[in-house]
Amino acid sequence: MDETLFLAPTSFYVVLSAILFSLGVAGVLMRRNAILIFMSVELMLNSANLAFVAFARSFQDVGGQVFVFFVMTVAAAEVAVGLALIVAIFRTKKSIDIDELHNLEG
Amino acid sequence: MNGLFSLIPLIVFIPFIGVLINLFFGRRLMPARDSIAPGVIASIMSGGAFVIAVLMWIGLLVNPKGADVPFLTWMNIPVGNLTFAIPWTFKVDTLSSVMMLVVTGVGTLIHIYAIGYMKGDVEEQATKRGFSDQEATDFMRRRFPRFFTYLNLFLGSMLILVTGNNYLMLFVGWELVGLCSYLLIGFWFDDPVVGISNSSAGRKAFVVNRVGDFGMVVALALTFWTFGSLQFNEVFARAECMKTKSQAECLTVGGDQAPTEVTPAEGGAAVSYNTPVSFGGFSAPLSAVVTAITMLMLLGATGKSAQIPLFVWLPDAMAGPTPVSALIHAATMVTAGIYMITRSNVLFSMAPASGNLVAIVGALTAFVAATIAVAQFDIKKVLAYSTISQLGFMVSAVGVGGYAAGIFHLATHAFFKALLFLAAGSVIHGMEHGHHAVSHHGHDEHAEEHAFDPQDMRNMGGLKDRMPITTWVYIIGALALAGIVPLAGFWSKDEILLDASRENFLVYILLTLAAFMTAFYMGRQVFMVFFGSPRTEPAAHAAESPSVMTTPLIVLAVLAVIGGAMNLPFGSLNFLTVWLHNSVANIRIPAPGKDFSIVVALISTVLALAAIGASYLLYGQKPLSEGQPDPLAATGPLFTFLNHKWYWDEFYAAVIVGPYKAISAFLANVVDWQFWHNYVHETLITQGLYIGISGILSQPIDKGLIDGTFDGIGKLVRSSSGELRRTQTGYVRNYALAVALGVVLILASVMVFLFRAR
Repeated sequence: MDETLFLAPTSFYVVLSAILFSLGVAGVLMRRNAILIFMSVELMLNSANLAFVAFARSFQDVGGQVFVFFVMTVAAAEVAVGLALIVAIFRTKKSIDIDELHNLEG
Repeated sequence: MNGLFSLIPLIVFIPFIGVLINLFFGRRLMPARDSIAPGVIASIMSGGAFVIAVLMWIGLLVNPKGADVPFLTWMNIPVGNLTFAIPWTFKVDTLSSVMMLVVTGVGTLIHIYAIGYMKGDVEEQATKRGFSDQEATDFMRRRFPRFFTYLNLFLGSMLILVTGNNYLMLFVGWELVGLCSYLLIGFWFDDPVVGISNSSAGRKAFVVNRVGDFGMVVALALTFWTFGSLQFNEVFARAECMKTKSQAECLTVGGDQAPTEVTPAEGGAAVSYNTPVSFGGFSAPLSAVVTAITMLMLLGATGKSAQIPLFVWLPDAMAGPTPVSALIHAATMVTAGIYMITRSNVLFSMAPASGNLVAIVGALTAFVAATIAVAQFDIKKVLAYSTISQLGFMVSAVGVGGYAAGIFHLATHAFFKALLFLAAGSVIHGMEHGHHAVSHHGHDEHAEEHAFDPQDMRNMGGLKDRMPITTWVYIIGALALAGIVPLAGFWSKDEILLDASRENFLVYILLTLAAFMTAFYMGRQVFMVFFGSPRTEPAAHAAESPSVMTTPLIVLAVLAVIGGAMNLPFGSLNFLTVWLHNSVANIRIPAPGKDFSIVVALISTVLALAAIGASYLLYGQKPLSEGQPDPLAATGPLFTFLNHKWYWDEFYAAVIVGPYKAISAFLANVVDWQFWHNYVHETLITQGLYIGISGILSQPIDKGLIDGTFDGIGKLVRSSSGELRRTQTGYVRNYALAVALGVVLILASVMVFLFRAR
C-alpha cells in the first residue's frame, strides 16, 4: 500500500468519542427510564472503546485493542446484572421510572 | 545541813501526790458510805508536808542563813540585753519556814477537822436533795474525795507561793490558791437552794482577786525591766546597788550581794534616789519607779488579803464549807499579801510613800471592817469581817516597817482565827443537828420546810450547856482575838500597836479603835451564842460535835494560849524577831528596854476589858430573848448602815458592776448581735455578697453562658445535620449528577496542573 491512502486523523476519532461520551452522560442524567439509562451507559462505554481502538491504530500498539475486549466483557456482565435488578424492581413497583425510587432518602 | 534542805521539793509534791490519789482513786478508796479513807489520806499528806516543814526548821536552827535549792529551770529567754530567767528554785529561809510551819501545821489540823465536818455536810446535802440510799452513797463517794482533792491542791499551791525564790513562782502559787479558793467556795454549786449564790460567791472572789492580780503583773513587769531579774536575791541586790550606782552597772550584780541588814537613813528623813531607770523610750528616777512597783504590789495585796477596796469577796466567801473559811480565808491564803510585802521589804523601805499608803490602807480596813462586824448577825460573817480587820492590822504593821510584828500576828491570828472558824463550824453543826432532832421527833413536823438559818446568832443562845468543849475553846479564841493578856493575840497585837505608835500616829489611833471594837464584837458574839437561854427549839436540842472535830479545836486552843511565847518582847525572848532577822533585811533587833511599852500595853488592855464589859452589859446581863431586836439597833440608821456593810457592795454594783453589765449588754446585743451578726453577716455577706454573687454565677453565667454554649453546640450539630440531610434525596439522577460534576472538577484540576507544568 502506499501512503496516499487517506487515513482519518486520530483527533477525529477522539472528538467523536468525546461527543458520544457527552451524549451518553446527557442521556444518563436526563432519562427517566432505567433501560434508557443503561443504553446511555453502554454508549459511554462504547465511546471509550472507540478511543482505545483509535489510539491503538495510531500508536501501532495492539494492547489497546485487547483492552476493548475486556471492556466489552465487563459491559455485558454489567448489563446482565443491571437488567436483572430492573426486572426485580418492576415486579415490586410495577414501574421502572427512576424518579419513583427514592426510599433511601434523608 | 544542805542535805536536809534538799528535801524541800517534797513539801510541794507530797500534797500534790495526795491530789492525784484522791482525784483518780478517791471513789475506789471509799467502799462504804461512811468510809473516811480519802480524808485520812489527805490529812496524812498534809502531815507529811508538816514533817518536812519541821525538818526545814531544824535545818535552819543549825544554819539560819538557809539555802536556795534549785529544782528545775522553767524559762530562760534572752530579751534585749537582759535574760528572763525563771528557775523553779525553793527558797528555804527563816521567813518561808515560818510560813511553811503555819500553813502546814494549821492546815493539817483543819484537814483532820474536815473529815468529820464534811461527812456531816455531804449527808446534810444528800438529805436536802431527797436522795435515796443508793443515790446518797454515790453522792458521798463522789463529793467527799473531791473536797480533799481541792484541799490538798490548795496546800500544795500555798507552799509553792511561800517557797518560791522569785516573783514569778510566787505569782504561780498566788494564782493557784485563787483557783482553789474559787473551787472550794463554790463547792456546793448545785445546792438546790443557794447553789447559784455559792457559785456567784466563788466567781466574785476570783474576779475581785483578778483586779489585784492585774496590779501584781504590772509590778512584776516593772520589776523585771528595772532590775533585769525576778529573783528575790538579785532584785534586792540590784536595788541596793542602784541607790548609789547607775542602772547599767547594777544589772549584772548577783543575788549573793542582797542586803542582809539595812540601816535606817540618818535623821529618818525620806531619801529620794534619783538614779535614772531607763525603759527604752523614756526614763524615770529610781524612787518613782520603786514607788510605782510597790504601790502596784499593794494593789495585789489588797486583792488577795482582802483590804480596802478589794475586800468585798471575803464575806461572800463564807458560802463555802467552814473548813474552807478557816483554812483559806483566815489562816493561809489571805496572808499571802502580807508575806509578799514582807518579802519585798527592801523595795518598800526605798519607797516610804508606799509604806505610808500600805499602813493607812491597813488601818482604815481594820477600822471599817471592825465597825461592820459589830452589826452582823451571821456567826461566820462576824468572823469574816474580823478576819478582814485583823488582816488590816497585819498590813498596817508591815506598812510601818514592823515586819516581825506583822508575821507574828499572822501566825497567832492563824491559830485563833482557825480555831474560831472551826468552832463556829462545830456550833453550826450542832444547830443543824438540833434542827433535825426537832423536825423528826419534835412537835413541829413542818420545821424542815420553814427556812431555818443555823448560822444566825439570833437563833442560838445557851449553847454552853449543850456544847461545852466548843464553848470553852471558843471563849479562848475570842479572848485571844480580843487581845487579853497572856493569850497569844495580846502579844502580837501589842507589838503592832507599839510599832504604829512610833511611826504613824493616825494609824495607831485607828488600830486602837479597831482593837476596842474587836473585843466588843467578840464579847457580843460569845454572849449571844453561848450564854443566856436557847432562843429557838433547835438551839435547845443542839449536840456537841464528835471528837474528830473537837480534838483539832483543843490543839488550836492550846496554841492560841501559848503561841505568844514565840516572840515575847522582853530581853532575849523575842525568838521570832531574831529568827526573821536572818531573812528580812529591814527587821531590826530592838535595843533592850525599847521593845515593850507599858503605856501602850495598858491602854490596849484597858480598852479591851472595857469593850468586853460593855458587851456584857448589853448582851450578857439581860440575855436577848427570842425575837428581841439587837440593843444596838436603837442607834437606828447607824446600825442599819453598819449592818449593810457601809453599802459597799451596793456602791460597787452601782458604779462598777452596773455600767459593766450595761456595756457588756450593749456590746453583746447591739454590737455583736444586731450589727455584726444581723447586719454584717446576714445582710451584707450572706444576702448581699453570697446570695448575690451566687445568683450572678448561677443564673446568667452557669445557665446562660455555659449551658448556652454546650446547648448551642448541640443545636448547631442538629441544624447542620438537618441541612446536610437534604443531599440525601434518594434520587439516582441527583447522585449521578454529583458524580458527573466531580469528574469534571477533577479533570479540570488535572488539566490545569498538566498545562501549568508545561
